[in-house]
Amino acid sequence: MLSRTADNLYWIARYMERAETAARLLEVGARISLLPTAQGYRNEWESILQSTGTQDAFAAKYGEAVQRNIESFLFFDRDNPSSVASCITQARENGRIVRTALTGQVWDALNTAFQDLRQFERAPRNVLELSRLTDWTMKQAAMVRGAIDATLLRNDGYDFLNLGYALERGDATARLMDVKYYILLPRVGVAAGVENDQWTMLLRAMSLNRAFHWAYGGEVTAQKIAHFLILNPHCPRALVTCLSDTQTALARLSKAYAQGTEAQAKASALQAEFDSLTPERIFDEGLHEFLSRFIRQTAEIASLVHENYLSGDMR
Amino acid sequence: MSTAFNEMYLGPQIRPPYAQLESWMRAMPADLRRQKQAEAEALFRRIGITFAVYGEGGDPDRLIPFDMFPRVFTHSEWARLERGIKQRAQALNAFLVDVYGRAEIIRAGRIPPSLVYQNEAFEKSVVGFVPPKGVYSHIVGIDIVRTGPTDFFVLEDNCRTPSGVSYMLESREMMMRMFPDLFRENRIQPVDRYHDLLRRTLTSVAPQKCRHDPTVVILTPGHFNSAYYEHSFLADLMGVELVEGQDLFVEGEFVYMRTTQGPKRVDVIYRRLDDAYIDPLCFRPDSMLGIPGLMDVYRSGGVSICSAPGAGVADDKAVYTYVPEMIRFYLGEEPILNNVPTWQCAKPDDLGYVLDNLGELVVKEVHGSGGYGMLVGPKSTKEQVETFRHKILNDPANYIAQPTLALSATPTFVDEGVAPRHVDLRPYCLVGERIELVPGGLTRVALTEGSLVVNSSQGGGVKDTWVLAE
Amino acid sequence: MLLMIDHLTLYRYETPARGVVQSHRLMPSTCAGQEVVAWEVTVSGGVKGGGFRDGAGDWVQGWSVTGPVSEIAVQVRGKVATSDTAGVLRGHRETISPEVYLVPTAATALTGALPTLAKAGQGQATVLGAAHELSCAVTQAVAYQPGTTHAHTTAAEALALGAGVCQDHAHVLCAVARANQIPARYVSGYLSSDAQGAGHEAAHAWAELYIVGLGWVGFDPANACCPDARYVRLGSGLDSRDAAPIRGSARSTGAEWLDVTVAVQAMQQ
Repeated sequence: MLSRTADNLYWIARYMERAETAARLLEVGARISLLPTAQGYRNEWESILQSTGTQDAFAAKYGEAVQRNIESFLFFDRDNPSSVASCITQARENGRIVRTALTGQVWDALNTAFQDLRQFERAPRNVLELSRLTDWTMKQAAMVRGAIDATLLRNDGYDFLNLGYALERGDATARLMDVKYYILLPRVGVAAGVENDQWTMLLRAMSLNRAFHWAYGGEVTAQKIAHFLILNPHCPRALVTCLSDTQTALARLSKAYAQGTEAQAKASALQAEFDSLTPERIFDEGLHEFLSRFIRQTAEIASLVHENYLSGDMR
Repeated sequence: MSTAFNEMYLGPQIRPPYAQLESWMRAMPADLRRQKQAEAEALFRRIGITFAVYGEGGDPDRLIPFDMFPRVFTHSEWARLERGIKQRAQALNAFLVDVYGRAEIIRAGRIPPSLVYQNEAFEKSVVGFVPPKGVYSHIVGIDIVRTGPTDFFVLEDNCRTPSGVSYMLESREMMMRMFPDLFRENRIQPVDRYHDLLRRTLTSVAPQKCRHDPTVVILTPGHFNSAYYEHSFLADLMGVELVEGQDLFVEGEFVYMRTTQGPKRVDVIYRRLDDAYIDPLCFRPDSMLGIPGLMDVYRSGGVSICSAPGAGVADDKAVYTYVPEMIRFYLGEEPILNNVPTWQCAKPDDLGYVLDNLGELVVKEVHGSGGYGMLVGPKSTKEQVETFRHKILNDPANYIAQPTLALSATPTFVDEGVAPRHVDLRPYCLVGERIELVPGGLTRVALTEGSLVVNSSQGGGVKDTWVLAE
Repeated sequence: MLLMIDHLTLYRYETPARGVVQSHRLMPSTCAGQEVVAWEVTVSGGVKGGGFRDGAGDWVQGWSVTGPVSEIAVQVRGKVATSDTAGVLRGHRETISPEVYLVPTAATALTGALPTLAKAGQGQATVLGAAHELSCAVTQAVAYQPGTTHAHTTAAEALALGAGVCQDHAHVLCAVARANQIPARYVSGYLSSDAQGAGHEAAHAWAELYIVGLGWVGFDPANACCPDARYVRLGSGLDSRDAAPIRGSARSTGAEWLDVTVAVQAMQQ
């Protein structure tokens, strides 16, 4: 297929997943802010911005990090390339460009999300509750994903979509976990119960709290959480799952094209590292350090995917 | 407007091709009509068939209005149109090969050399080149108006990249989906062979150096272009890649597209991009939309470009007046379809007449299109007429004038029910190894009462166009 | 005269180009007064593309270089046997109508003082006479002065400055000739400097005007003469861009530098 088509498909997936992440971040933020605050805490909303690397852009435009401004910034703001509105618009535009590589159902899902969004943008803000916006976003993301899984041919285009989803989702899980790190930076005076509450919020925002309790039971501990979100292959958002999905898509492409790539080699190497990873080793390295390293390595795979398949310079 | 020919009636009588539609129309309750109209609109929006208007801003996803009342031609009416259209397409191509070759028609004194050689659409860089099968214009869109039961006139020719064929195909789909009974009751010739014929036409003009099954692509200026939907629609129907300039590159003697599996050779490019933009090395150096080096590959027989660069010299409004002459000169036949009488403001006598009768005439820019830059005398204010008078006097050669034709009208759904609205017709003639024409075309309708401007960029709509079987 | 040409064009790219495509008009045609004895064009790392003779009789040759590449050398070496035809182009195979060359381009648009200068062509008994008058007028109006103009200077701008190089002279002459309804085209080529004609660049440009009955005739207002045995004609066009010996495009994000050296030597026969 055309490299540009592959690029468009890959970005449909990345943008849809990114829209969902923005919504989840909003939800985490909103829930954390409902918790009783202890002295010495940073502003929770600021930590959310920090985790996405957008705090400077936000500060320049809005100043104070209050909920309403954050909502505008993460949901509606077209100047923020990672806002839900920007991501859905971009996903739909990428879809429009490769309309013919999609099924009617996938296009419908993308287009409906975009048309709904335009309705939201016209509606007065006070009638739009945050939970309605975040629920809507996750529903749209699920509709698109569902249409892709149910109707698309399992060809290379499907692989590029999955690649986009897997890389973006791994990155997002790592960033969402890192929010926790930012919130808990000044560890002094934090009661264990508060910490656990915050982990629970994180699980809830990822729609994973029940799954977690079924799988682990008992107390919520950092160790269990790290295992669940990083190493448990049953967890759909775990880093190991995303990595495995990345690897599967790349392996399928290599097979279909009868040509291995650096991207595949890099993903394999990372997966091999995960095979021998334990929560202890992660905490030895430091959770933040580990997550930062993972985010960087995912970015390297993404850049190789671009070089190998999407740039059109493949010989 | 009461003088205009209404295609449904002949005097008080319903003309036979419209008989069934008339009862269909009467039987349709207003609420059903509104419901169907809303259904059609929702469908069009869902499939994404939209039309952005250049330079108007506003909604980039504007829908082109669709009128559900079909326009009908009888078998014999169409037979004559078909012969006339094919004749014209053939003559236009003969003219193009000639003016870039031996220029017999100019040597014979049948057309002034300046009109050709100083025409901005004349492409110096293809002089001496005969494209595969001697075809320059592979898709000829010929705009036809009707003024009476047997009176048809060609309004203009489009030899470059006529657009709108997707509306012809989608309008038919929509009608068949919404009113299947109509198609059972009437014997309507199908148009769905168009994409098949288009693909065959394009593969039939594979370049000299192509010795395999040719790879065809459609080249679009990009997804911001107002006709992007059509480009992607046609690519999908034909099963070929829709590429932008950045997807193609020249290496050695050929053009390749960038794919996820490395370079893939491209043999035939159906481009929906003007000459000026296709190769920055040959034409506009600032073009980001084209493919550097494309023209060298083209001229050395490594790739075919449809329409061929330079085809535009046959379709400007000044050359238009010589098309009947081309038909006589190259085919030795009399034109089956007439031109609208045209005054060329470049000629002093014509200019005098035009200036004296501005209020009655339609004046157009020689290179204009889309209904822009034109004056419809009888529909204009005194001020507008005077403004135009100055424009013409400043640059007479840039204008031609025609009588205001009483364009035929067909029944059209309007808020109050059904009313006659003016229409034109654009059939799409395919020229490759063979000349093909599907029985149908794009009927554009001026939705405003009394308006003669059918262009979609100016509020015109579209209708399904039926050609009845014998 | 036997002329030896050595013409090197060096392209350098700040960030390696991911691909380069060029279109050359670097092959002199054999015609009266010009016989190509030997000729070779090489492009470092280049793949030869499609080539063809265009309507104006010039050989156009495509080239491509697959990147990444930081430097490209286009080397032209050849030998041409020339003789003086008093500027008249004969035996040159071309099919294009001279009328095509009545059209102005951006570089030769008839603006500024050009219409006034064009009056020099009036009142002559013959077109040839008018052509000579126009060429003389251009020589007088535009002094040869390197460094005053650049590659994109228009004819009107050069005339306003009253100074320029051979490219500007040729542009001005094309503009004023066309204003007199004389078809005119820009010609690029080489010029061998002899003892008298020192000071001109060896990569040269002049104009050809179409004289009914005679055909295309060269005029070199920069040297106040018609091309003779010192000239090698490469190709023509409506203006300098249209007649450029090398047109190219690189897929590169950084800066691009160009270095040209040309040597034309006359060999004793």
